[in-house]
Amino acid sequence: MATITYEAATRFYPGSERPAVDGLEISIEDGEFLVLVGPSGCGKSTSLRMLAGLEDVDEGAIRIGDRDVTTLAPGRRDVAMVFQSYALYPHMNVAENMAFALEMAKMPKQERRRRVREAARILDLEPFLDRKPKSLSGGQRQRVAMGRAIVREPQAFLMDEPLSNLDAKLRVSTRSQIAALQKRLGVTTVYVTHDQVEAMTMGDRVAVLNEGVLQQCDSPRALYQRPANAFVAGFIGSPAMNIREFAVHDGHARIGDRDVEVSDELRAALADEGLDRVLLGFRPESVDLVGPSEGFTASVQLVEELGADAYLYCSIAGTDHAGDPDIVTRIDPARPPRVGETVHLRVRAGHEHAFSPVTGERLSS
Amino acid sequence: MLETAPTPPASGEASHSERAAAARRRTRRPRSLGVAALAWTVGLVFFFPVLWMFLTGFKHESEASTTPPTWLFVPTFDQFRAILGRDFLPYFLNSLTASVLSTVLVVVLAVPAAYALSLAPVRRWKDALFFFISTRMMPPVAIILPLYIIANNIGLLDNVTMLSVVYTVMNLPIAVWMIRSFLVELPAEVLEASRVDGASIGTEIRRIILPMIAPGVAATALICFIFAWNEFFFAVSLTSTKAATVPVFLTGFITAEGLFLAQLSAASMMAALPVILAGWVAQKWLVRGLSLGAVK
Ligand SMILES: Nc1ncnc2c1ncn2[C@@H]1O[C@H](COP(=O)(O)OP(=O)(O)OP(=O)(O)O)[C@@H](O)[C@H]1O
Ligand SMILES: [Mg+2]
Repeated sequence: MATITYEAATRFYPGSERPAVDGLEISIEDGEFLVLVGPSGCGKSTSLRMLAGLEDVDEGAIRIGDRDVTTLAPGRRDVAMVFQSYALYPHMNVAENMAFALEMAKMPKQERRRRVREAARILDLEPFLDRKPKSLSGGQRQRVAMGRAIVREPQAFLMDEPLSNLDAKLRVSTRSQIAALQKRLGVTTVYVTHDQVEAMTMGDRVAVLNEGVLQQCDSPRALYQRPANAFVAGFIGSPAMNIREFAVHDGHARIGDRDVEVSDELRAALADEGLDRVLLGFRPESVDLVGPSEGFTASVQLVEELGADAYLYCSIAGTDHAGDPDIVTRIDPARPPRVGETVHLRVRAGHEHAFSPVTGERLSS
Repeated sequence: MLETAPTPPASGEASHSERAAAARRRTRRPRSLGVAALAWTVGLVFFFPVLWMFLTGFKHESEASTTPPTWLFVPTFDQFRAILGRDFLPYFLNSLTASVLSTVLVVVLAVPAAYALSLAPVRRWKDALFFFISTRMMPPVAIILPLYIIANNIGLLDNVTMLSVVYTVMNLPIAVWMIRSFLVELPAEVLEASRVDGASIGTEIRRIILPMIAPGVAATALICFIFAWNEFFFAVSLTSTKAATVPVFLTGFITAEGLFLAQLSAASMMAALPVILAGWVAQKWLVRGLSLGAVK
């Protein structure tokens, strides 16, 4: 078990101008569960593969504990990887699959057998030890891949979307099993996913990547409550945060047909930056239905009832684009307004997030 | 030729699967009948010469080349006896040595070569790959003279070792290409997993790659064996008495005094035997090997 440090790690794939991972800086604590999340192609897998030694580090360095592993061969880094395809050895049975790395490490047979049996017990794989991967279900294969990692008792687990080949229900149960197992074993883990729900529920901390650049690395709650920029704000949370650009005059933001006063703090921040427009973000649950004299006016385009919750998709009055709804709000599912109805909405005070329309960076504290 | 006998279904499902199969047969009958007839016709046309050779091998020389052909005759082993009497065995052993030795060498050399041209590509691997196959574009006659002189100078004329080396060189390009095509089909993550698990290149090839491409290697080996076994031109040019192979032996029956058709047929049959045997042994692997990409 060890800490893991990315020090400005950068990866250029041959033939591409733009780095796939650009100056990644993360320090992962001993025993921490870190999730790398981001949209497809943002460099998550590349970051993980650099740590595993499967991809060159073109600039910067990577450390595991106090060892600089930047140029070390994968087999000498003492990390175990769980692949998206599981990558089981098709010609070996489950026990052989799990014991392979131990054999490579020249571990005595007795100890090998003990560890495999122990892992099989933890993962409910005991009945399958003699089976080939071909004759296992997807969930069982996934557990073998996990078993292959845990028998090694490595410095770190690296997992690249290990749940993406499972069906939705199994994914949810396996998700919590992996998180619990990791806590119990206390092995530092880097986990890649594109699913932000997975990221939020599993990670001690979550690192959000976009286009090869680290956007923010923080606890799930901090990420949700205080996104560092408009990208993180829009990426974390489902349904996504409402983010719209508004003009600001005399301390009032023009929202549809109403002027809404902005906080003094934001006014000061805007003045500092010399901006007369602002990107305002507010989560669906931070918007309240209010009486006709308050808030701003919107018309309902769609009502989505999920049982425990209901969501209103509305367009703000006074905006001309009729297509996409401008704003999503969570409402009491008991009395949902009807489609076409006009409603009045107000963002709960202090629950708005302001970002610079130029840089996308957070303005208010 | 291939084992197609279905395993008997478990008792409970028997009626089910039988009924399903019957239903399929019924709906497909008219078209499949035509296809089957065509397949049988083509098969028989191709098989007939082999059958004729087989029959002729058991005839007396006088019945072998009559017009019209003799269909009914009393089989005899005279021809086989005559061939063994003519010292067939040394030729056979020469062929076996050259074919087996060259095939083993080819596989041992082709696997690492193919690895370096696919999974861990060396610089300019495309050029190397093209160079390999380009050696096969040259007709053998073009190199026989230098080859003869070299063999003569190093004292390996009429020597099975020389023949083995020539066959290795001859088959290596094909083997590299074939094995390479199996390697590029391998799932990359499995190989990466073995690297993360601490396997060295050698271990990776022996413990992970070879078992996964074993059917392909078997298919490659069989093809190389057949090519070497049937090779005639180099054999007749580079050997005379000590190292001559079976194909050379066979031409001995085509003499100025006439064709000994019955004896030639018998000898051909014996010559074909090892290849048929090898094919039969490798059959199970072959089918998978030749369709490795499709199955996966
Ligand atoms: N072998 C490669 N050669 C060249 N470019 C590559 C290679 N692998 C990935 N890339 C590029 O690098 C970028 C990051 O890829 P990466 O696989 O890390 O994305 P990812 O975040 O894992 O995406 P996903 O969620 O789709 O798996 C992408 O733009 C991709 O096109
Ligand atoms: Mg990926």
